[in-house]
Amino acid sequence: MTVLPLEEKSKRAATGTASGTLLERQGRWRWYELAFWLVPASCYFLFPDDLVLVSQVLIAGLFALSLDLLLGYGGIVSLGHAAFFGLGAYAAGLLAANGWSEPISGLLAAGAIAGAVGFALSFIIVRVHGIALLMVTLGISLVLHELAVKAYAITGGDDGLQGIVIDPILGIFEQDLWGRTAFVYSLVVVFLCFLLARQLTVSPFGLALKGMRENSRRMLAIGAPMRRHSALIYTISAAMAGIAGALLTQTTQFVSVEVLAFQRSAEVLIMLILGGAGHLYGAFVGAAVFMVARDELAAANPEYWFFWMGLMLVFVVLFLRGGILTGLSALHRRLTRAKEASR
Amino acid sequence: MVSVGNVLFNGIAYGMLLFIISVGLSVTMGLMGFANLAHGAFAMLGGYVAATLMNQWGVPFLATLPIAFLAVAAASFLLERGLYQRLYRATELDQVLLTIGLVFMAVAGATYFWGPGQQPVQVPDYLSGGWTIGGVDIGAYRLFLIAVAAAVTVGLIFGIERTRFGAMIRASVDNPRMAQGCGINVNRVFSLTFMIGSGLAGLGGAIGINLIGLDPGFPIKYMVYFLIVVAVGGLGSIKGSLIAALVLGIADVGGKYYVPETGAFIIYAVMVSLLLWRPTGLFGRR
Repeated sequence: MTVLPLEEKSKRAATGTASGTLLERQGRWRWYELAFWLVPASCYFLFPDDLVLVSQVLIAGLFALSLDLLLGYGGIVSLGHAAFFGLGAYAAGLLAANGWSEPISGLLAAGAIAGAVGFALSFIIVRVHGIALLMVTLGISLVLHELAVKAYAITGGDDGLQGIVIDPILGIFEQDLWGRTAFVYSLVVVFLCFLLARQLTVSPFGLALKGMRENSRRMLAIGAPMRRHSALIYTISAAMAGIAGALLTQTTQFVSVEVLAFQRSAEVLIMLILGGAGHLYGAFVGAAVFMVARDELAAANPEYWFFWMGLMLVFVVLFLRGGILTGLSALHRRLTRAKEASR
Repeated sequence: MVSVGNVLFNGIAYGMLLFIISVGLSVTMGLMGFANLAHGAFAMLGGYVAATLMNQWGVPFLATLPIAFLAVAAASFLLERGLYQRLYRATELDQVLLTIGLVFMAVAGATYFWGPGQQPVQVPDYLSGGWTIGGVDIGAYRLFLIAVAAAVTVGLIFGIERTRFGAMIRASVDNPRMAQGCGINVNRVFSLTFMIGSGLAGLGGAIGINLIGLDPGFPIKYMVYFLIVVAVGGLGSIKGSLIAALVLGIADVGGKYYVPETGAFIIYAVMVSLLLWRPTGLFGRR
């Protein structure tokens, strides 16, 4: 990782980086953030044959980002976040299969539906903690999964929902065989959602969430409405997970009960932890590492690939607390300190 | 139409099996405060040990049960010392992630060594028959299972209430620092308790092959059931686990006979509402 040259640093200090409120300073874009988003954008030109995989990574990253808001900022652990991903996926799929084939309004509707269910459930979620919270979130996703399996006539069960038709995006861009349109569409939607999440974390509300995460007793003592904050972030996270699910349905034109399975809840948790929770970018880093590793491992030995997944998870929990991004930033700090010390 | 008696009998047998497997998890999660999702993997290991002994080495069925218990207890000792004890003070999230990782490894490992299919087992002749008493079909194997589970329950209650080691467990749970101060090696007590609980899971896995089958997906397929027993019964409560396991067993068997179209939906919904009503379970202490 490169470090800013000294002149650049002093110039920034002179032009007033130190000015502004804490939130304004935190909200400013750094150069590496821009560089980060250039990576998926450049994939369009660098890997034109792998755009389908890149789209999948982006969608998984958005899903992990929604969990990051909940877990990394809200401090609420969920073992069943696939519930909202699946709700969004099915909402988009059912709308498209029943004649509402305009994608953007379908996407928003799916997000709204997932958000509404999340809002209703948030009253339950804020009441439980610890192991009961794990069980309740897991239980809710299992209930939805069972419903989807049993409602075969509506959802198509394991065979998938039939007859999903998606109109050209904005009425202009048709879906093509190489997934170019799907890729650009995913990238734009994911980036917009990211902007929203980023804005949220540098807002006073985001600051309150961080306070709850760091010291909930003190937040209670200064009179922060903790339950309301928790309920709000749960709703937002649910809506964003729903949009991720809807995006998957619209770009693949397919949805089956697998979107609601426990496997998916576990995977998104793994992605987030792998990348690092509470960084926003960790979600995408984790999703990319997970999906690419899964692709490679599954190609190498299709039956046992998840052995290595499990090993990776154990390793991260034991030795890489905070995931890849925390590891990188610790490394970065150590390097800069070494440099300063040598001056 | 299946008679109520049959549903009750089969449900009790199934519930007793769930109890044997889950009671160890109740100890790990309730007494030691460790969210262990890999408990089903111990049960699966017990099942594979028993199946391999029977099918390849010709060990008689009854002898495989204690061997499964001991083998799983030994394996769990290594895991507890090597991995689990590092995370006793960590957050639930870390514990969940570690144990999910272990489940993935166990599933892949079982596929590698034993193949993806169901394990065939031959039940000895004296356990394969059955009787019909008052219109209820009493299967010999299920009766045997209920008897074993009843013996385990009595042994557990006696062990915890009446023995010196039981008193040490209770002391270590109620107040670990004080117990340590009295000269109890709390770590060792927990370690032994963990071994016994895992061993019982292994025993349950071995005895349950004939009832619920055995394949590499076992830890994931039944994880939720074990968790339900523990969470609903109340963490760390043997009585609670027993009642929850029996209710779950009867409800599951009854549901499959009478209302197959609802599936497990009702069970999950009841669990969620129960936990909202009493987050620590029916007989929870904390």
